[in-house]
Amino acid sequence: MSMPFYVSPEQLMKDRADFARKGISRGRSVVVLQYDDGIAFATENSSRALHKVSEIYDRIAFAAVGKYNEFENLRVAGVRYADLRGYSYDRADVTARGLANAYAQTLGTVFTTESKPLEVEIVVAEVGRAPEGDQIYRLTYDGSVADEHGYVVMGGQAERLGGLLADGWRPGMTLQEVLALAVRVLGSPTDDGAEQRTIPAQQLEVGVLDRTRPRRAFRRVAGAALEDLLGAG
Amino acid sequence: MSVPTPPLDRSAGRLPDAFRTAGSSSFVEFLTGHAPHLLPGNRPLPVGDLQVPHGTTIVALTFPAGVVVAGDRRATMGSMIASREIEKVFPADEYSAVGIAGTAGLAVELVRLFQLELEHYEKIEGSLLSLEGKANRLATMIRGNLGLAMQGLAVVPLFGGFDLDRRVGRIFSYDVTGGRYEEHDHHAVGSGSVFARGSLKKLWRPDLDAAGAVRVAVEALVDAADDDSATGGPDRTRGIWPVVATVTEAGYLRVQDEQLREVAEQVEAERRATHEGRGGAR
Repeated sequence: MSMPFYVSPEQLMKDRADFARKGISRGRSVVVLQYDDGIAFATENSSRALHKVSEIYDRIAFAAVGKYNEFENLRVAGVRYADLRGYSYDRADVTARGLANAYAQTLGTVFTTESKPLEVEIVVAEVGRAPEGDQIYRLTYDGSVADEHGYVVMGGQAERLGGLLADGWRPGMTLQEVLALAVRVLGSPTDDGAEQRTIPAQQLEVGVLDRTRPRRAFRRVAGAALEDLLGAG
Repeated sequence: MSVPTPPLDRSAGRLPDAFRTAGSSSFVEFLTGHAPHLLPGNRPLPVGDLQVPHGTTIVALTFPAGVVVAGDRRATMGSMIASREIEKVFPADEYSAVGIAGTAGLAVELVRLFQLELEHYEKIEGSLLSLEGKANRLATMIRGNLGLAMQGLAVVPLFGGFDLDRRVGRIFSYDVTGGRYEEHDHHAVGSGSVFARGSLKKLWRPDLDAAGAVRVAVEALVDAADDDSATGGPDRTRGIWPVVATVTEAGYLRVQDEQLREVAEQVEAERRATHEGRGGAR
């Protein structure tokens, strides 16, 4: 009879974390930025159908990087969670905090109990009536939650892009300004020798939670509207 | 008889497995599997007679740019007026409207579920259902209510919307078994529908503009209120006007009370004039 090798819990968790991190870092980054009238999401994505940014509920949106099938599954679960909650109670009772908690528990359970952690990183954002009411939660593969303010970057080059955003972002920017910043950061050179890329509008996936819209705050910005915004910025 | 209770939440805060099961884009199907006690047709029904508020007349008509759906504001309970300002016409989504006659409580619940069904599909699939698809979903939901309808708690909707593929307004009517019928030009349901249909037949023309179509809808409701005690006419004392909505390429738009007040006053003035001149029954 063979005995299984002993693996220390530290080693087990580290291996899993390395595995998840490697999967996530392969993908393109998503940036999330607060602006005066809401929260903007932008990423480089040539697909018009496989979205990384989507609507969850009236004032809540979802953005993710990593394995598409895994975060798509979480997105659908989030829509079901929000719709069921809004139907049982009231639309006002669906909050980003509740959803972020449910996601955190799910990610945490999968990380510790299943054979493979989810290779995803998620942002759940809710737009408030005023900028002070905005909430941005960032969730990682192991279920840890961070309450972010201002801007978030997820994915491959998160640390480097985060540094660039820290220099460029300030409170009260307009949508044009944050989109111009997002495009500049997403197209920034990966190493010293490379050149700044200009990402064309067709290659961008942009969504906003617009606090001025009456009920459903989320809208996608694409086509001519996006080109106008980028051109003016 | 046991009343079903919600299943115990053993998931300790994480999303239950049912939420993460791949499959349907339908919220109703999700509820059927995960929380059937929340569906209106799935609750056990006590035996016996029951007096509950009933909503009455809904009219719909097409015009070249889309469709108008309108409903009066009365709910009755036997011979009593249960409410004089109930609303029975709702946006189903951006490009369709639903008006409901029948048991008011169930009707309002069904509309909430239908609105959510369409929004849920839109969010999960990332695209809108076709107008026929929406009409069929509503038929399925009405069919699920058949048990309640057999006990006298019927709900009869009238569904109108703008077909984004064909670029025309279309109207669908239903029976309690979920039968779905496309209506042409105009239709009415509810207790005052006989009178409203007569009125629509005489007043509807294929070339109405939006304001004209709103006027015809209001006039049909006034005619229904004239002869049906369960339908309420425009209430000038309290400033209660019918709910009238247009659905066109620009989406669902509820007609403002100010415009409705003018239309109702015009209709009334015209009728007063013909009556004083003994010019006929109008």
